[in-house]
Amino acid sequence: MPSLKDVKLQIAGVGKTKQITKAMGMVASSKLRGAQSRIERFRPYAEKFGQMLGDLAARTDGAAHPLLQVHDRPKTTVILLFSSDRGLCGGFNVNLITAAQHLAKAREAEGRMVRFLCVGRKARDAVRKSSWELLDAFPDVMGSFNFQLAAHLGNRVSQLYASGEADEVYLVYSEFVSMSRQVATTMPLLPVVPATAETGEETPGATEYVYEPKVEVLLSELLPRYVNVQIYRGLLDTSASENAARMAAMDNATRNCDELIESLTLLYNKTRQASITNDLMDIVGGANALQSQ
Amino acid sequence: MEGLRLEIVTPDKVVLQADVDYVGAPGVDGEFGVLAGHIPLLAALSIGGMYYRQGVQTRWAFVSGGFAEVADNKVTVLAEAAELADEIDVDRAQQAYERAKARLEEQRPETDIMRAQFAMRRALGRISTASR
Repeated sequence: MPSLKDVKLQIAGVGKTKQITKAMGMVASSKLRGAQSRIERFRPYAEKFGQMLGDLAARTDGAAHPLLQVHDRPKTTVILLFSSDRGLCGGFNVNLITAAQHLAKAREAEGRMVRFLCVGRKARDAVRKSSWELLDAFPDVMGSFNFQLAAHLGNRVSQLYASGEADEVYLVYSEFVSMSRQVATTMPLLPVVPATAETGEETPGATEYVYEPKVEVLLSELLPRYVNVQIYRGLLDTSASENAARMAAMDNATRNCDELIESLTLLYNKTRQASITNDLMDIVGGANALQSQ
Repeated sequence: MEGLRLEIVTPDKVVLQADVDYVGAPGVDGEFGVLAGHIPLLAALSIGGMYYRQGVQTRWAFVSGGFAEVADNKVTVLAEAAELADEIDVDRAQQAYERAKARLEEQRPETDIMRAQFAMRRALGRISTASR
């Protein structure tokens, strides 16, 4: 039997842990709301962009722009991996890193060189420990990124691709499906494959645009920005997913604390009663011994 | 008369949604104007001020490049950054201008001249738009 004091200390300790997990859960839920509203505000921009690009790409042939060209005999793969900066969010980072490793191994088996660009501290740490080359890392930005970061990353990978240093670029991010579901997703980023089909030429009365400047020039302006848009969407989704995952993890932890406190309280009461019983038995035993004298 | 709907959208928010009579925007090949009934147009924008007219009032907004789409009496401006004239932070733009100017004047080998020039154009565009 543990001593009363020990159990009491343990209850207090678990109580404090509970306070922390509860607070973290609350912070995550308010951050999640922020991230969700950012996704909402970004959606009109992203949708319009996709439409414009699909429309333009349908009017030009595939070789119109370096970012559209598919490199034959690809030798290098660049993986853009997003993760969170901090842990305590369940399997979130593990899922992302596993997905990236899976892709990297598959590409390596095909004889390609794999290089990484990482956003988030956890991704950087994981790649550093591996044998793959880390091109660059952006730790500690998940809390405060903006479109500039996406633009910067976009320029970087576009340059790599256009100069032939990368033959394909993948984005590994966490798609925010719902509060309870976040899926580590692998998306090909470059070469750009514009989504043409649905809004395509079949629609009767599809608008014939006047382009200013020429389609080719317009496309070369639009494509790099489209890459940025995709990256920004990945960042936003990852950030929302991270907070949803942390919220779930912290809710679980808080619940476990409650259970632990409950069983410890039970133990405490039992110990207390046992010691009272012992004391009583001592007293009764003493009294009996006195009487029988 | 038929109206014209103007929307300015950036990655972070919808900056403006308004019914207007006329839109003037800085295309890369020069300024162009849009009235109701304009043919569908897709244009690239340069860095600078754009304006729109509502009745007798003319208002200005800053766009840092981007695209404009005109279709069905609707003008959609997609820009990575855009601000209405009265929302522009002039002090910040002024500081950005000084910084860019200093960088261009120093001309150190590691300076990214293109970037500095763009920063300067953005700052100048903001300042001039705010003073309209």
